[in-house]
Amino acid sequence: MITLSNIEKVYQTKSIETVALQNVNLKVPAGEFLSIMGPSGCGKSTLLNIMGLLDVPSKGVVEINGQPIQSYKDKELAHIRNEKIGFVFQSYHLVNDLSVLDNVELPLLYRNGVSGTERTSRAKAALEKVGLSARTKHYPSQLSGGQRQRVAIARALIGQPEIILADEPTGNLDSVMGEEIMHLLLNLNSQDGTTIVMVTHDENMAMKTERLVRFFDGQQVSDTVLYGNFQKV
Amino acid sequence: MLKNYLKIAWKVLLRRKFFTFISLFGISFTLMILMVVTALFDHAFGPQMPERDTDKLLFVNMMREQRNGGFMNSGPVSYYFLNRNVRTLQTPDKVSINSVFSTVNSYVNNRKLALDIKFTDREFWDILDFNFLEGSAFSQQDVQSASRVAVINENTRKQYFGTGEALGQHIEVNQVRYKVVGVVEDVPVLRLHSYADVWVPITLRSQDFNRQQMHGTYFATIKAKEPADVPKIKEEYAAMLQQVERQQTEKGTKLFSFPDTVLESFTRTFLGNGRESGVGKLYGILAGLAFLFMLLPTINLVNINVSRIMERSSEIGVRKAFGATSSAIIGQFIIENIFLTLLGGLLGFLLSALVLWQINDSGLIAYADLGLNLRVFAIGLLLCLVFGLISGVYPAFKMSRLHAVEALKGGTK
Repeated sequence: MITLSNIEKVYQTKSIETVALQNVNLKVPAGEFLSIMGPSGCGKSTLLNIMGLLDVPSKGVVEINGQPIQSYKDKELAHIRNEKIGFVFQSYHLVNDLSVLDNVELPLLYRNGVSGTERTSRAKAALEKVGLSARTKHYPSQLSGGQRQRVAIARALIGQPEIILADEPTGNLDSVMGEEIMHLLLNLNSQDGTTIVMVTHDENMAMKTERLVRFFDGQQVSDTVLYGNFQKV
Repeated sequence: MLKNYLKIAWKVLLRRKFFTFISLFGISFTLMILMVVTALFDHAFGPQMPERDTDKLLFVNMMREQRNGGFMNSGPVSYYFLNRNVRTLQTPDKVSINSVFSTVNSYVNNRKLALDIKFTDREFWDILDFNFLEGSAFSQQDVQSASRVAVINENTRKQYFGTGEALGQHIEVNQVRYKVVGVVEDVPVLRLHSYADVWVPITLRSQDFNRQQMHGTYFATIKAKEPADVPKIKEEYAAMLQQVERQQTEKGTKLFSFPDTVLESFTRTFLGNGRESGVGKLYGILAGLAFLFMLLPTINLVNINVSRIMERSSEIGVRKAFGATSSAIIGQFIIENIFLTLLGGLLGFLLSALVLWQINDSGLIAYADLGLNLRVFAIGLLLCLVFGLISGVYPAFKMSRLHAVEALKGGTK
């Protein structure tokens, strides 16, 4: 479970102070599929980065499974990111110099006690789950956008994280591809019980999730439960 | 993980061909120069045939005589001085007296041949470790009876006898006929204390023996029983010289002469000052030059690495997002850099081998047999690692400080 209490994020330059997030209080229970919507620049991605421990809030407390993490050092934060969180980015962020298989294996490189053989077999299993088992030796440049995002999802799920944070995962894809990716995420949530927080601009995609939180100018303006639309796959 | 790092390092090298070329050229060329210099240094001063026991060998090759009124005389030492004062030292295991080599003419099949001849005693062969290809050294009896026998080097053997028999045959050097009793492997000219083309008994120059003067044309080669005895020999030598100064020279005359290691005997000539041999100064100069020489390519590599790594900020962001610590990122880039420098090192070795082969082949240094031996290899490897670390640590540290969020945006924070 992720709990954000009184989160504030201020970007300070010499002359300008920009408030990206203000007084955000949000609880994401384990197993929930939450979507976040709002116009560009409203602080959605900043919020996701704070949830993913990639960024620190200027004020407030972030708790993962009840543990406040503000006193954690780089090594401990890295450990939590590795064990508990998986990321899916809008622009995929695959390492172009590595094959599909090596890209998917990447999170396990930073986990102790995982042998090379285990890494490979888990990466193959993850790729099979996203329907790309035939592309293990390809490089990202040889794949379509949808395929790249599926590789990114395989990379996010290989470590069996409790939480997947997806920042506009369908933003660069056409509607068909977008649907495919959304289907994958819904699957992960319903079958594996993975908590998913997804930032999106797409109302249709958001409506398929369990709960929708809207942001405007760095503030949370609504929080709606969408059980009516949400269908466990 | 290492395999993954190496895999990506290799891909990055292939992707950025121009940067790779510049980096590898800088490393390999610098290393090549350093390796050639090291090989030359090793060849001249390291334990090489026939001066293998360098830690037990000392050489007396110069004496400076400073008289009242500023008159100064400097040069090789007389047989008289060495025989009377150095051969009688108690600490050494063995002492040899041998002449400075001189160039004489010889004629083979109406062809003029310039040969370097050296007059030696029997101890010379016991102290030094010549590689005999045929026969052996002349005996104590040969020396005592001033026999006209000679040991020749491989090259002289070839010039005189080609593929025919050499032992028992005669050569005529400076109008004197010598019977060949041994053939040794060529000794490089840089080994001034043992080098020659022809070695003959010292007693053939007995006219020099009774000239009661300090200066002459002789060296002494001293072998200690143990390396630990070397300082004791130096002390005994210094005490002996003081006594000679008091008893055998005019009042006020100062004598400066030292039993030096092969390196000290070189540095004393160029960098020595009084009792200071100048070895420390030489090492200081060499270290300074090596540092300056390596500084430019290192700065160049740091710059190249920073821009090369900057392009991979997104990768750094991804690695951080998926659990890489800053130290893991530093480790990755250092490993990549060491990989690059070792690759450059390997190329440097190949280039060095090529250049050394060219030097050996060109005859620029007589009988030079420069090679990349294990010690030179180890020094080269160490240089590579220092290079890799110096040029990799700063960019890696800079990049590891990059915020994951900034890195994912491709930022430069």
